[in-house]
Amino acid sequence: MIRVVLPFHLRNLARVGDEVEIEVSGPPTLQAVLDALEAEYPVLRGTIRGHNGGRRRPFLRFFACEQDLSHEPTDTPLPEPVVRGVEPFLIVGATAGG
Amino acid sequence: MSGVRLLVGTRKGGFVLSSDGKRKKWKVSGPHFAGWEIYHLKGSPADPDRIYGSQSSGWFGQVTQRSNDGGETWEAVGNEFPYDGVPGTHQWYDGTAHPWEFKRVWHLEPSLDDPDTVYAGIEDAALFRSKDGGRSWQEVSGLRKHGSGPHWSPGAGGMCLHTIIQDAANPKRMFVAISAAGAFRTDDGGATWQPINRGLRSQHIPDPAAEVGHCVHRIAQHRARPNTLFMQKHWDVMRSDDGGDNWREVSGNLPTDFGFPIDVHAHEPETIYVVPIKSDSEHFPPEGKLRVYRSRSGGDEWEPLTRGLPQTDCYVNVLRDAMTVDTLDPCGIYFGTTGGQVYGSADGGDSWTAIVHDLPAVLSVEVQTLA
Repeated sequence: MIRVVLPFHLRNLARVGDEVEIEVSGPPTLQAVLDALEAEYPVLRGTIRGHNGGRRRPFLRFFACEQDLSHEPTDTPLPEPVVRGVEPFLIVGATAGG
Repeated sequence: MSGVRLLVGTRKGGFVLSSDGKRKKWKVSGPHFAGWEIYHLKGSPADPDRIYGSQSSGWFGQVTQRSNDGGETWEAVGNEFPYDGVPGTHQWYDGTAHPWEFKRVWHLEPSLDDPDTVYAGIEDAALFRSKDGGRSWQEVSGLRKHGSGPHWSPGAGGMCLHTIIQDAANPKRMFVAISAAGAFRTDDGGATWQPINRGLRSQHIPDPAAEVGHCVHRIAQHRARPNTLFMQKHWDVMRSDDGGDNWREVSGNLPTDFGFPIDVHAHEPETIYVVPIKSDSEHFPPEGKLRVYRSRSGGDEWEPLTRGLPQTDCYVNVLRDAMTVDTLDPCGIYFGTTGGQVYGSADGGDSWTAIVHDLPAVLSVEVQTLA
């Protein structure tokens, strides 16, 4: 199981709590976890990246194990602690304010 | 017992305001979708329990919502709006070619007779239709492909298709309006479209009388007079009596003819309402006085309606989708402001009260008249 932390508004949209656990079949890459997340919660399609596996939305970032994965190729394997469920995969919205 | 339900879209969520036919006491429900921009909420004329909503965010993009119980509960439906074919380009602000890109849904217009059919006006300007209650969307691409599309350019708010009028007397006829392209009409159910902008003059474009390029802010029609259209343009209030083939200015004695919304009284097809705004550079009422102007003669002669509206230090705006009329008798008029007030009149505009004072900036107001 891979633990995924969503931004506040996407938690509300998907009607989930602080974290969701996602089963990923095949190699646990960035794309695989997003595909699995969208399969489990179809309401998230188009809100994190474009439809049909499109580009990451510009105001969102991906982090795990204190690494910024936002600009990594989508077939990049997730860090081993994320795959083991020790660390979460973080989807983070840009901070707004001022 | 009759009643009304106001569907209010704001910068930070949606609200449902309900009252009985007297329209004195109101129940406020919301915010729904708190924190999201709710561009538009509109109920089906065929089934008032069916409501569609456009939920939008700079972070998360478009979500389309649907309620089957009058706004008590909601479910997200389809949010994919694929342009038909290779979309090509339109003009950008600087005149360069810019790819057509979906940004958001500005306006949802449910079918007059089928709760599962609904139209969406989107940015970058195109018309979409769903026949399955919003689950999937297909472009009515004859509009964007009719020929002038590559020459359309955005207004300051974006290149949005914001007005969709279905002709109750002729199901094959529909009108749409786009900022800043102009007005268009189909007479064959959406297969083909023609610009209907003859008579419009816009001084800010190279050819003031061009076939397309006019910043139309809103069009209104009375169902009993389907060939008569009223338009609030960027500047100028206009009127057509031949289904948009020709327009003439009816700004008359308005203090300024800039504004966004325009609407028609439910029972008097020649009674229309606008909210004059000082200018395109100063989006607030002239002299700090919030005044709705009413014409009982279909334009030209206008009277200010001020009772109950702030007449000092008021600097709000009223956006294009933020005015609506109910079908009770007397007719109710409602509008929302960028200051978060929703004002209502239960006497055709003679007097007004603030139904709510302190919502987030109001983007849209629609009313459902309930049996």
